[in-house]
Amino acid sequence: MNFRMILRTLGIVLCGEAALMIPSLIVSLIYGQEDTRAFLISISILLVVSFILYRVKPVTTEIYARDGFAIVSLSWFLVAFFGALPFVLSGAIPSFIDAYFETVSGFTTTGATILKEVESLPRGILFWRSFTHWVGGMGVLVLMLAVLPSVKATSIHIMQAESPGPSPGKLVPKIRETGKILYLIYFAMTAILIACLLLAGMPLYDSLVHAFGTAGTGGFSMRNTSIGAYNNVAIEVIITIFMFIFGVNFSLYYQSLKGNIRTFLRDGEFRLYLGIVLASILLITLDLNANVFNTIGESLRHASFQVSTIISTTGYSTTDFNLWPSFSKAILVLLMFIGASAGSTAGGIKCIRIVLLFKVIRREILKIVHPRSVHVVKVNGKAVDEEMLSGVTVFFFAFIMIFASAVLLVSLDGKDMVTNFTAVATSIGNVGPGLGIVGPMGNFSSYSLLSKIVFSFCMITGRLEIFPVLLLFAPSFWKRVNI
Amino acid sequence: MKIIIIGDGKVGYSLAESLSKENNDVTIIDKDPEALKKASEFLDVMCIRGNGVSTSILMEAGVSEADLLIAATTSDEMNMVCCLTGKKLGADHTIARIRDPEYASELSILKRDLGLDMVINPEQACANEIARVLSYPSAVNVESFSKGRVELVEIKVTAEMSIAGVKLQDIAGKVSSSVLIGAVQRADEVIIPKGNFQIMADDQIYVIGKPSNIFDFCVRIGIYAQKVRNVMIIGGGRIAYYLAGYLEEIGMKSKIIEIDRDRCLELSELLPSTLIINGDGSDETVLYSESLNDMDAFVSLTGRDEENLMAALFAKQNGVHKVVAKINRVNYTSVIKTLGIDSVLSPKQITANGIVRFVRGLKNALENPVETLYKIVDGRAEAVEFIANQSTKFLNVPLKDLRLVQGVLVAAIVRKNEIIIPHGKDVIKQGDSVILIVKDKQFSDFNDIIAPGGND
Repeated sequence: MNFRMILRTLGIVLCGEAALMIPSLIVSLIYGQEDTRAFLISISILLVVSFILYRVKPVTTEIYARDGFAIVSLSWFLVAFFGALPFVLSGAIPSFIDAYFETVSGFTTTGATILKEVESLPRGILFWRSFTHWVGGMGVLVLMLAVLPSVKATSIHIMQAESPGPSPGKLVPKIRETGKILYLIYFAMTAILIACLLLAGMPLYDSLVHAFGTAGTGGFSMRNTSIGAYNNVAIEVIITIFMFIFGVNFSLYYQSLKGNIRTFLRDGEFRLYLGIVLASILLITLDLNANVFNTIGESLRHASFQVSTIISTTGYSTTDFNLWPSFSKAILVLLMFIGASAGSTAGGIKCIRIVLLFKVIRREILKIVHPRSVHVVKVNGKAVDEEMLSGVTVFFFAFIMIFASAVLLVSLDGKDMVTNFTAVATSIGNVGPGLGIVGPMGNFSSYSLLSKIVFSFCMITGRLEIFPVLLLFAPSFWKRVNI
Repeated sequence: MKIIIIGDGKVGYSLAESLSKENNDVTIIDKDPEALKKASEFLDVMCIRGNGVSTSILMEAGVSEADLLIAATTSDEMNMVCCLTGKKLGADHTIARIRDPEYASELSILKRDLGLDMVINPEQACANEIARVLSYPSAVNVESFSKGRVELVEIKVTAEMSIAGVKLQDIAGKVSSSVLIGAVQRADEVIIPKGNFQIMADDQIYVIGKPSNIFDFCVRIGIYAQKVRNVMIIGGGRIAYYLAGYLEEIGMKSKIIEIDRDRCLELSELLPSTLIINGDGSDETVLYSESLNDMDAFVSLTGRDEENLMAALFAKQNGVHKVVAKINRVNYTSVIKTLGIDSVLSPKQITANGIVRFVRGLKNALENPVETLYKIVDGRAEAVEFIANQSTKFLNVPLKDLRLVQGVLVAAIVRKNEIIIPHGKDVIKQGDSVILIVKDKQFSDFNDIIAPGGND
């Protein structure tokens, strides 16, 4: 382990975080509210800490896979730690654990909140809360890789540890260029979304906040009743479509920009994602119609919004789906686990893993029928190597294992099973709302401190796809000399 | 520049390494996922698994926008087909590795008909290099600039040499003013020396100048420069074949010791004037019976690195003046340096150097083209040749008034037939070819050597 290099890199990341607070500082200055001081203090603390860390002189600047993983998971814990400072310092969230939960929820693009009432918070704080979604969606370190001038070839490990999906790859030969392309696409799509929201009649500040939440597939709103507060069909349709769009693998956008539009239709993951979305919308609409809403149009409007918000792991809401029939709720809970595509800003298990898991199951069955048969699992016409397949199955088990342990710990609070179950599912899948007390109109504030820490941990584990975080708990990982 | 490399073998990897470090967009195509793994982990390149002949794989790698396609797989035919397909699909330039001597003779036809821009033959390039090293008996490595008019020679300083302990500014008076010491490697450090730099024993110095002056310098500092007449070559592979041909051209006699009888027959048919011995080159008795002690030079070219190094050491121990070893794996260069073998060459590095030079040439085709580029001191410093043209911003300014970037040295100026080892009052004129020694930096524009805020 190259501890010195890790500390130094953490210093750079924290310096970057200080820079990321500047837009929020500007917003707070524009509105002239009392949170300006909180941002100024937070930025100074970040700069001091990052300066101290940056002064660490590494013996060698070489980093390997394990160092890359350590940098990513430690960065996420630290960035959330310092990101919580403005909430505490401004008095918006007095308890530090609560503020930490809120920031983790922001950076991991979960959107779960402990706030009962958000509309009275200072504007700068609300902006920062949503801005963390935007940065966390594509990745804090990917942003650093795109911006920093000297990116070493071995930084690929950092990118791989932070980007979602079983085998995150580069779009172009250079890591830095890949980071830039990803952020450019991301930025452009966010800008289009803001323009659409403005056209639909949303005020500028609200558009920015909701665009950040949608782009990062986060889900923090500045209204207590989320998107439902606007009661505007145009806004709902725009956000429904964009939530879906941000759940698609960004490399497909890059390919279509280069002129290969057909890659969309050929991509197995995209087809599954689209299929699940359409089927869920259809089933829920049929289930809701005449049961909850009176017209088919009304059912379709709410069903499609809720399906898009849950599968893309955003977590906005237009209605309280807690009150829906259990079949619809069951579909939504399943969607929380599935999540959207790899290489997007969304969370969850990811469609590509579902595709691979089904193919592995199919192969196992064929193996029973023909014990000596040999099958190569293929996705999009390319063979998937065995290492990746076993990685996916192990990932699935680890996901379920962490889910189960978290449910166990959270149950200590004595809440009902549905609430606990969906609260953990929604945290680890980075969705936001669950059912019961943590439903779309509820929040996480009534949980104990321990549970909030467990949820924060689940959110980071879910965002980084488990192994970078689990690595921190392996004793051998911390030894200077790994044997 | 967008570069596609097909074949992630020894040459492919080392090319990808140098080219990606020079800020090119490199994509590697190979069939073997294991080979690609290393590249994707340690190099900033994109790896695609597949067959480089396949059109769809080439398209995936972006061949239509590629500036250069390098085919370096193990098969000559495959490389030719890759280049042919690549060119048809829109690659601007193609380089193929073609190593079979049978094709080598038809190179010009192949180059024209396949539209190849460059053909590399690692063995031939390596043989060429060895031949040049042999013609400089006491130097360690020789590189030439301006079509051979200027040479850069690497010399290891020993305590007996008259320059040991002398400051650079005193060398002109004591030894010769017509050569220049451009770079020094001391222990693990690379230094671009200044006038008050004192040369010590065990330094590795890089001397630049006219060939005759360098020869003169070598004689004066006490290296007995005797022309090599007899060369013993161990291992009769392709390099040995090419080398024997080159040695014959420059009037040296060579004998090749090869263990495989069939190969010996083949060689004796191909090289009628070379003595072919069928025997084990790592066997002392064979070497002694072939009068190793009377040889002027010894070259070990077997397929095994360890054997080559051991044989070279053995030859050195037996008083052979000039010992050259070929190695394929360049992993332990720092250890090999200390062994005392005069030259250790690796075909893949020689090949990679050649291509990197070509790529730089392509890149700078319009302005301030790099004419030649050599990586010296294990690639930690470079000797670069530029041609000054109208766009050069510091023509006719005395060198002492130029504020150069740290770690850059103007080592020689070639003006028509005159070779100038520059002093403070010399100037660069239009059309001059200027040789620079550069440390820790890479320049693709001649004008970049001036420090910001210097002369404009």
